[in-house]
Amino acid sequence: MLGKLTFSAIPSTEPIVMTTLLVMLIIGTGILAIITYYKKWTYLWQEWFTSLDHKKIGIMYIVIALIMLLRGFSDAVLMRMQQSIAEGHSHGFLTPSHFSQIFSAHGSIMIIFMAMPFMAGLMNIVVPQQIGARDVAFPFMNSVSLMLTAAGAGLVMISMALGEFTHAGWAGYAPLTEKLFSPSSGVDYWMWSFQIAGVGSLLTGINFLVTILKMRAPGMTLMRMPVFVWTVLVSSVLIVLAFPVLTVALALLALDRYADMHFYTSGMGGNIMMYVNLFWVWGHPEVYILVLPAFGVFSEVVATFSSKRIFGYKSLVYATACIGVLSFTVWLHHFFTMGAGGDVNAFFGIATILIAIPTGVKIFNWLFTMYRGRVRFTATMHWTIGFLTTFAIGGMTGMLLAIPPADFVLHNSLFLIAHFHNMLIPGVLFGFFAGYSYWFPKAFGFPLNEKWGKRAFWGWQIGFYVAFMPLYMLGFMGMPRRMEHYNNPAWQPYLIVAAIGTAIILIGIICQNIQLYVSIRDRHKTRDLTGDPWDGRTLEWASSSPPPVYNFAVIPEVHDLDAFTDMKEKGIAHKRPEKYRDIVMPRNAPHGIVIGAFAFLFGFATVWYIWWLAIVSLIGIIASIVVRSQQEDTEYVITAEEVKAIEDERFRLLVSTERPYVNTDSKSSQTYIEAIT
Amino acid sequence: MKATRFLSGTSLICFVISLTGCQNVPVLNPKGPIGAADLHLIFVSFVLMLLVVVPVIIMAIWFPIKYRASNANAHYDPKWSHSFRIEFIVWTVPAIIVGIMAVLTWRDSHRLDPFVPIKSATKPINIEAVSYNWKWLFIYPDQNIATINKLVFPVNTPIRFDVTSGSVVTSFFIPQLGSQIYAMGGKKSQLNLLASETGNYFGQNQQYSGDGFTEMNFPVKVTTQKGYKIWLQNIKQSPDKLDLTQLHKISKPGIGYPVTAFSHVEPHLFNKILADLKMSSHVSRGYKLTSNNSEGY
Repeated sequence: MLGKLTFSAIPSTEPIVMTTLLVMLIIGTGILAIITYYKKWTYLWQEWFTSLDHKKIGIMYIVIALIMLLRGFSDAVLMRMQQSIAEGHSHGFLTPSHFSQIFSAHGSIMIIFMAMPFMAGLMNIVVPQQIGARDVAFPFMNSVSLMLTAAGAGLVMISMALGEFTHAGWAGYAPLTEKLFSPSSGVDYWMWSFQIAGVGSLLTGINFLVTILKMRAPGMTLMRMPVFVWTVLVSSVLIVLAFPVLTVALALLALDRYADMHFYTSGMGGNIMMYVNLFWVWGHPEVYILVLPAFGVFSEVVATFSSKRIFGYKSLVYATACIGVLSFTVWLHHFFTMGAGGDVNAFFGIATILIAIPTGVKIFNWLFTMYRGRVRFTATMHWTIGFLTTFAIGGMTGMLLAIPPADFVLHNSLFLIAHFHNMLIPGVLFGFFAGYSYWFPKAFGFPLNEKWGKRAFWGWQIGFYVAFMPLYMLGFMGMPRRMEHYNNPAWQPYLIVAAIGTAIILIGIICQNIQLYVSIRDRHKTRDLTGDPWDGRTLEWASSSPPPVYNFAVIPEVHDLDAFTDMKEKGIAHKRPEKYRDIVMPRNAPHGIVIGAFAFLFGFATVWYIWWLAIVSLIGIIASIVVRSQQEDTEYVITAEEVKAIEDERFRLLVSTERPYVNTDSKSSQTYIEAIT
Repeated sequence: MKATRFLSGTSLICFVISLTGCQNVPVLNPKGPIGAADLHLIFVSFVLMLLVVVPVIIMAIWFPIKYRASNANAHYDPKWSHSFRIEFIVWTVPAIIVGIMAVLTWRDSHRLDPFVPIKSATKPINIEAVSYNWKWLFIYPDQNIATINKLVFPVNTPIRFDVTSGSVVTSFFIPQLGSQIYAMGGKKSQLNLLASETGNYFGQNQQYSGDGFTEMNFPVKVTTQKGYKIWLQNIKQSPDKLDLTQLHKISKPGIGYPVTAFSHVEPHLFNKILADLKMSSHVSRGYKLTSNNSEGY
């Protein structure tokens, strides 16, 4: 009835896990109780879980990302604490099997369940608004993507309570992940959570590819698209090309594990390095899938807060496209030490080094955007400048690792760990944090507190250097990654410093939590009635904050790259249209969350070999899709009168505003004020 | 290449090592030509890249400060967004540096390929390294001896390692001597190293391989030619012989396998291990570190 699932799956002998579970259980029950007490279930169901509004889906993605960030960071804290004490006779407080689950969970969560949802969230909130659309191309599929991501995240979380998580690292190299070496539930949890969330990401990629290509406002040619839209477009192409490879790689692994096949075994005709190749054919484009949209955020932010047009727009676009193409030609640099020979290694090494050229161009373009600008030091801009300085160092160490003979002495050492955190923390995470604070007022109608935002930045920035610079040194000292214990007293001081760095990052994270609390507390005082708190340059700032469900009462016409700045300069930014029309919008649909729930059950059932439940869940998924596709009444109409009422209220508020965040010497903002009064 | 040679030089390397302390930083303090060449390449590339990275960091701090909104004296040009001269420089300067690095990469990927034998007047010594969960077996086929968890070889002699794994993927690495190579079940990889100084170094598995991974390190003793001969004679006295029964015991997962020496080795054992992994999945290759299947405590 319950397959392999028994009471022994609960890790009752692991006091650390049990305490964590208890705390999570208390917090979880508390949240559920509060929702029930305030009778918010109907609200959540109607306004959020079943919503097809891209803005709400985006917000839900980011909620998942922030929760998973806390989980992934807790794993990091445990690892740093363990390594700072587990030298010589001391074995720390984590067993080898627990430690390996923690580093595997940290990587899996941070990439797939933190960075990916964060990126999908920003894309969802921003892209339709920036291209002057009312929603994405496939609003229902968007909801399915979200719920599949949530299902995958749910599987990772429940693996703490029932069974275990993989011990084979986030990349799960075969044959360690084969049944012979990993017979327990851990690898299955990892495999199915990646598989399910991966399908969600693939659907997101398809959705945004079509949205950007087909739904731009009139006048927005490809070369008038904001840089963020360009980066999302390239990233979507990469998703569509790369994610199927992951799906296949994991499906073959599933056949090995469940059907006793031999794709990735050492013997019987299997090929262990085939897995490693397939994984990185997906895995390397994956890091560009994440980093390109973050580059897009920086491009928007640096132009807005320098009150100046982005420098070298065409260069930026071509550089983005170059990176997209090159990202598929470099995967072997993850395993030069396989020994593929001089020709192969040199090819992939040089291809990797080439990526430095377009990336360098981007950095110079951001620098020259600030040059002759009027730079406003907001919290958002802090993340951006922090990125520019720190990322340059990470790029340099990456170039070193790209040279095969240099990699031969640094591969799999803590130097590598320092390098990719030096790319992903400033490059991806700071980018998403910048996007989070930049677009927060657009999503919610009030800005995040600046003071706490800057404190959070300094926590992260200083903490990053203290935590990761010692790791570079440890790499030169020969320390491999993933050690739960070591016998070399020379390494320990550096690891203690790294642990202190993690504590400083924790201060940054605490500041972010306080920032959120303070901002929500003060929301009535800081409410943004203009819809354009930063003197923005692109179309998302043309609507109110938060925008109405339809985003634009009248689809705007675009005449310039900085479409909204152009409108402000011409004095037509907030011109009332002569008349409004009826607007057709997608109705809410519960099928997305139902499919997500079935996907979760399917993953859980296959992990534990509960075959009847797996079959029922699969039928449930298919039935939900069939039912949905039979529905005809999937849209509703907002009448012209309703639109007029909403828009009239917006104009009434607009006229009453003063603009507290705007740099008043900017010419465009003066024109703006003339235009609405 | 000529253009870059002047940038490097041993003086720079010595300077950095003196800052960090010698013994504890094996990668920056190599004891053989392979490690020294790897390091040389790291330094040359590092200096080349500083030509771009330093100006970037300076500009990233200087520009926002100079053009801060409160500085009304700074020139403000909100429409200025293109300059052919700047665009030309930001594409070509990185491209030139990358071009130089690409040449270095091409040359050294071939020159320092782990499979390429080291040229030397001394006859090379062959050692076959096999990783198990979680220990290293070293077979000296020409001497017909083997050791577990300890490596001994003479100074200034090219060492040709044939590397494979009796279990999962691992990576064979002696940081003081340079390059590492993956050990993969059913596949043979090669690594050529040479130690130019006698001493006691350490080797390790650089690739996570399960619960006992952190214990997969082993001492490496580089002796004089004479010392090596004495060591060989001592090994020949050992009562232990490595046959298939013994190998079966070794292949069982466990940590803390004592340093062992075998005075005799089953003929063609390395090839048998390779073939065995390729053909079957019957070899006991367990996964979990528990007290009843670990051995040798």
